[in-house]
Amino acid sequence: MKIPDLTELALRNLRESILRNSLTTVGISVGVASLVAMLSLGIGLQQMASRRLMKSGLFDTVVVTSRRDARGMSREDERSGPTPGESRILDEAARSQIEKLPNVSEAYPDIRFATELRFEDKPHMSMISALPESARSNDAFEGMQGSFFSSDASPEAILQKSFAEELLGKTPRLGAPEPNVAELAKPLLGKELTMVYAQRATSTDDTAASSNPANEVMGASYSVVSREQKLKIVGVADLDPESMRGPTRAKVFLPLHLAESLHVMQPTDLREIARAGDQPVYSSISVRVKNPSRVQEVEDAIKKMGFTTFSILDASRGLRQFFAVLYAFLGIFGSLALMVASIGIVNTLVMAILERRREIGIMKAIGASDGDVKKLFFAEAGAMGILGGIVGVGLGWAIGQVINIGTNVYLKRQSLPPEHFWAVPWWLVGGAIAFAFVVSLASGLYPAGRAARLDPVQALRYE
Amino acid sequence: MRGTVAIRSENLCRHYRMGETLIRAVDGVSLQVPAGEFVALLGSSGSGKSSILNLIAGLDRPTSGSVIVQDRDLAKLSREDLAKYRLYVVGMVFQSFNLIASMTLAENVELPLRFAEVERGKRDSLAAEALERVGLKARMHHRPSELSGGEQQRAALARALINQPKILLADEPTGNLDSRTGTEIMNLVQSFNQDLGMTVVMVTHERALAERYAQRMIFLADGKLVDDRPNTPSAVEPSLQGGRA
Repeated sequence: MKIPDLTELALRNLRESILRNSLTTVGISVGVASLVAMLSLGIGLQQMASRRLMKSGLFDTVVVTSRRDARGMSREDERSGPTPGESRILDEAARSQIEKLPNVSEAYPDIRFATELRFEDKPHMSMISALPESARSNDAFEGMQGSFFSSDASPEAILQKSFAEELLGKTPRLGAPEPNVAELAKPLLGKELTMVYAQRATSTDDTAASSNPANEVMGASYSVVSREQKLKIVGVADLDPESMRGPTRAKVFLPLHLAESLHVMQPTDLREIARAGDQPVYSSISVRVKNPSRVQEVEDAIKKMGFTTFSILDASRGLRQFFAVLYAFLGIFGSLALMVASIGIVNTLVMAILERRREIGIMKAIGASDGDVKKLFFAEAGAMGILGGIVGVGLGWAIGQVINIGTNVYLKRQSLPPEHFWAVPWWLVGGAIAFAFVVSLASGLYPAGRAARLDPVQALRYE
Repeated sequence: MRGTVAIRSENLCRHYRMGETLIRAVDGVSLQVPAGEFVALLGSSGSGKSSILNLIAGLDRPTSGSVIVQDRDLAKLSREDLAKYRLYVVGMVFQSFNLIASMTLAENVELPLRFAEVERGKRDSLAAEALERVGLKARMHHRPSELSGGEQQRAALARALINQPKILLADEPTGNLDSRTGTEIMNLVQSFNQDLGMTVVMVTHERALAERYAQRMIFLADGKLVDDRPNTPSAVEPSLQGGRA
């Protein structure tokens, strides 16, 4: 029999005992709905996690350093290096070259230095780092009090919570509850902070050079001038945006352009001044990759240019593995209901054979082959599977929406930002319907075989 | 087709085992039916006449012996080929009509064409034609339950004809009908035999019916062939008159 005929006959037969077949189909729908619900929760959670990680900037960032730094100061090391000619200085030219690589969204110098900050005439030492404009979306600043920098060059500063505590002279006691950022921020926002720093003056600056002859290195004149910069406190961040940096993590942040324009002396300056001349030389550059999955490609490209790179790609691999296991578990639990539903299909079809014994006998008597009868029962099972799959996907989606809305209402009450941790991608819709279809066909195997083997003489014997 | 042998059986046996006892439903029957002949199989219930018809129809397989229809040895055909044989070579009507209750007459009649994978358009016109032949075109969209017994049997005849088989097998076709409707049906069957040249094998226990329509009568008892003779008004064997029931 042809497929359109089979489908037509199958649908007609399903309509004949509408209640029983509907109940079986509802069983499949519930199974598919539970599978869809479980998997879309898993997918949603993964998407939420990757969104968070993307925002954190940890997984899409490659830190680039010069190979010279990696070898250290020892001349011995430099000579034993495999390709000393390749090693390059990490200057502005290198930075713009890296920024032009495919899949790179930005490359900005890591300006990071320890210096003195004066607040209400009291000196405090801190590590300072510069933030690009793109850091605005970093989730470390999500719960921040105040605002992000008004522009990339404005004389403003954002403090990390622990430095704010230090400025206010509040050292947290062990076991005491963590202080509220809002309370810390209130007396600080809008106040002025004075940064005292060492400026690297260019070689043309004669007065500076002569005033400090000790800094003459390898014939190039080089000078350090002590300067001050007034900064307005615009924000206090609750989280630590540099938690992964360990001991070098900064507690005060400046806008990147401002930091660059200050020409603060960096550790690399001492070594690279002879070559770089006027151009600024960076100790390291942070490269933001457009998509975390492209990190490896970008890293390889930068390595080819002769720099050393570092990323937290391995950590994201581990995360992917975790989600694979989570999917498997959610999938298995979700499938259980579908397995139960498939027993319902077997039951319904076996019942149908008993009821339609005579009809099967008639069909065989007038020329239906075993294959025709088998296909007809398969078609009925498959139709229930597809119908159940479609309804089930809709149901699963609806359950997801309800839970999502419910959770967001709860999050709102807890004054937490709303989250979208539920996702039903198209492949899941198609996959779930196809899976329901395949499971239904498998359930139809036994009934269809039994119907096909039915002896027509027995089936047609007078009632 | 006349002159050639349409159906031939040789020492045909069909035995069943029921618990400890062996039932010999058909026990060594040898017969020949020439093409175009109208044969009646007569006997009381349990004489084996329906079992022989099922063997000729390819619905059952012989325990031993052979049944050869239009040069096909049915015992040697695969299940698939046997289904094709039922689809194209023989048409069958039953005492209880055996129409599918959930389908209209038109759908019932065209069902064999679906198995034969005939296109829908052609199916519709063939079904309408067949129903017209049995005088039911006006009722083609009715379900069997809305029709009288005679009309149902006419629809069953239309279905048996739809694939233009050469042989019509009828198992007590008038058994559930009153005599007037029975006559209508038998007239139709006779017209198929005479106008279309179909070979007809009819099982019946009504001797009068066989005498009125059949060209030849085969008498069976206990699975054995007891008499086989042409239907002439003088050929009457008193011992078999009225059957054993």
